[in-house]
Amino acid sequence: MGMKKIEWILMLLFLGGVAACDNAANSADKNATVAQAPAPAGGQEAVKDDESAKDVVKIAVGSKDHTTLVAALKQADLVTSLSNAGPFTVFAPTNDAFNKLPAGTVDGLMKDDKKADLQNILQYHVTLSALKVENLVDGQTLGMVNGDNVTVSVKDGKVTLNGNVHILGSVQASNGMVHIVDGVLLPPAKK
Amino acid sequence: MNRNKTWLIALTSLGLVLCLYSCKPKNASNAISSDAAVKAYVAPGKYDEFYNFVSGGFSGQMAVYGLPSGRLLRVIPVFSVDPEKGWGYSEETKAMLNTSHGFVPWDDLHHPELSQTNGEIDGRWLFGNANNTPRVARLDLTTFRTAEIIELPNSAGNHSSPFITENTEYVIAGTRFSVPPDNSNGDVPINTYKKNFKGTISFISVGKEDGKMDIAFQIQCPGVNFDLSHAGKGKSHGWFFFSCYNTEQANTLLEVNASQRDKDFIMAVNWKKAEEYLKAGKGKKVSVKYAHNVYNEKTHSATSEIRTEVTVLDSKELKDICYFIPCPKSPHGCDVDPTGEYIVGSGKLAALIPVFSFDKMIKAIADKAFEGEFDGIPVIKYEAALYGEVKKPGLGPLHTEFDGKGFAYTTMFVSSEVVKWNIKDLTVVDRVPTYYSVGHLCIPGGDSRKPNAKYLIAYNKITKDRYLPTGPELAQSAQLYDITGEKMQLILDFPTIGEPHYAQAVSADLIKGRSVKFFKIDENGSPYVSKGEPTAKVVREGNKVHVYMTAIRSHFAPDNIEGIKMGDEVYFHVTNLEQDWDVPHGFAVKGAVNAELLVMPGETQTLKWIPDRVGIFPIYCTDFCSALHQEMSGYVRISPAGSNVPLLFSTGKNQPKPDSTAGTK
Repeated sequence: MGMKKIEWILMLLFLGGVAACDNAANSADKNATVAQAPAPAGGQEAVKDDESAKDVVKIAVGSKDHTTLVAALKQADLVTSLSNAGPFTVFAPTNDAFNKLPAGTVDGLMKDDKKADLQNILQYHVTLSALKVENLVDGQTLGMVNGDNVTVSVKDGKVTLNGNVHILGSVQASNGMVHIVDGVLLPPAKK
Repeated sequence: MNRNKTWLIALTSLGLVLCLYSCKPKNASNAISSDAAVKAYVAPGKYDEFYNFVSGGFSGQMAVYGLPSGRLLRVIPVFSVDPEKGWGYSEETKAMLNTSHGFVPWDDLHHPELSQTNGEIDGRWLFGNANNTPRVARLDLTTFRTAEIIELPNSAGNHSSPFITENTEYVIAGTRFSVPPDNSNGDVPINTYKKNFKGTISFISVGKEDGKMDIAFQIQCPGVNFDLSHAGKGKSHGWFFFSCYNTEQANTLLEVNASQRDKDFIMAVNWKKAEEYLKAGKGKKVSVKYAHNVYNEKTHSATSEIRTEVTVLDSKELKDICYFIPCPKSPHGCDVDPTGEYIVGSGKLAALIPVFSFDKMIKAIADKAFEGEFDGIPVIKYEAALYGEVKKPGLGPLHTEFDGKGFAYTTMFVSSEVVKWNIKDLTVVDRVPTYYSVGHLCIPGGDSRKPNAKYLIAYNKITKDRYLPTGPELAQSAQLYDITGEKMQLILDFPTIGEPHYAQAVSADLIKGRSVKFFKIDENGSPYVSKGEPTAKVVREGNKVHVYMTAIRSHFAPDNIEGIKMGDEVYFHVTNLEQDWDVPHGFAVKGAVNAELLVMPGETQTLKWIPDRVGIFPIYCTDFCSALHQEMSGYVRISPAGSNVPLLFSTGKNQPKPDSTAGTK
């Protein structure tokens, strides 16, 4: 009856998730760093509604390929914003995409003192307006939520972002579009 | 095994979902401290401290709430018919909704603006805009009724309106949807927007004493979308500032095509200069058609006049009226601080809030620090007009109001919060969540020279789980914050009518003492008034039958009417003889295809009725007026066309016939 390794990991992840919840719920008392951070805004993520179409966050949560992204969105306090009305276009890097970054990059960004950097990177994956693939045209620049631009190229119907990130598939969300991408978009270095 | 694995994956997902939910700070409970209820509590029988005038958005009406209780005090019909009050149904009010398109029974009212003197709210009038069929209304705050409505030619989507100059010299209205001017050939391909479409700004003068509105002049501008606006004040009095988006001049899929440029514009308008040009005869008289409707409280009736000319100044030819200032990413709010020095543009797609300096702008114009022109209008260099930027304020900045103590408060639609920041050093000092997706905010006097910054109210677009569910459509929510301390504190959440788009609030002391309690019957100038029961009568004029009727607790005079025939048009002119506060009488007749009348004490209102069948039709009072309200009723007999039943009317005289002949001829 022995469980496979993968199942143990999943089980641990589940327990970890629940444990993390407890921590977060009590963080105001226990964790001085979090207590000093700006109060996260009030969003629709806690609205109990299993019937309506899923928003971009719920779509990411429902995908086994986006656990890193979901964890990062939480760490960056972006769950609230992305659960709101939008409309958003989210370029959602897969776990594999994050794994392509140099070793230790993701772990580094997940530290509390790097929250601003993580927010900057994640906001570079979101633009306001629900863009379908057919709305993306060769040579277009997209103004992203962090204030920087992403450039779009389209060759033979294939979309490439910033020259090296590709759209693997797209999912319509209640508050926008999620385009699954195979790489992490890196904002231009600050001048 | 496979089943186990599926379960584990499901559990893992569930764990993450649970985590997302429970990781959300318990905003509602955390944000409410124990003294919130006390702060929002107004004891039964006590008055609120502030009036809060909240637009009804797509309801077309204006709602009046008390603060801090959030109690709904009144809904004032403005641009939409209101059968409850007979607004748009009574003969006297129909003309108020007349336009160059004919009678329009609905509109979309976005922005209330209180009149000001020396930059301070003076409590006299409240203005409101109609977005769809462009109009501006003036409400009288002694009667809380719509007193005047003026239509705007050369306009469409009247959104950046009705903002006022600091002595209410003008009410300003900028058009959101540029269109070909009314007197040009509008039958052009839509994709000739850049060539044929123009944006027009209207300057409506306001009579100093009577508040009467008149279109003093219009300025024709490039075809863009004018979104919001605010007047300069103090040192910048004489200027007006408009946010512009769609400087891409797109005419389709604006969601994508109007979000291309890194910067759109704030347009600064030197209206004192425009006045000079107007005086010098530089305006062109243009042939147009628009309605001007006025309600007369003496005759208790409205008149509508169609006007046919307006004077237009061309911003391209008259170079020094309009200037563009680049502003990041589709600016929405355009707000001027109480000193008049700082102009805040909120790019709804921008990652920062630019704050422009009036002094720097004036210098930039003098130095000709321009980066070029846009459709003939000089574009000032961004840096030359910029005071500074609020960095990373939140996501989706929309609107800003001020507390007069050096702080600005900006709503963030995307991140659903209000952010308080220091105007001088541009640092964020506090932020609070809203539930959910806040649009406008309001601080009493928060867009004037003298804010009375005790409260801040956030008007939200999304409600979801805030109140008991009521099916797919939910009342939109307003949230009240105490802003007397360093930190904003949420103290109340209350539902609103329609869409609470924008609001104004003012100390009740300025308004409550001047509220009219009834209309003096002696001064009633209606041609159809009956000033006492002896003058009540029924008069036939051809097929028109005029019933001069009185209402007093608890009967109508006359209450028995015979001799009306099929083919007649009946006009019930009901005068309420009461001279007592809060005793309206209602009037309704069975089968009438319009509405009731609600007649204020001392007032005359008329209901038109075309009987559709022979028979007996009850009339009754609809507003519970006294212990014998149920007795306040009567009958109207309708006979066939050509019948010889004589015209008779009475009250208390037409006694029952003997039983032997009852019910027979």
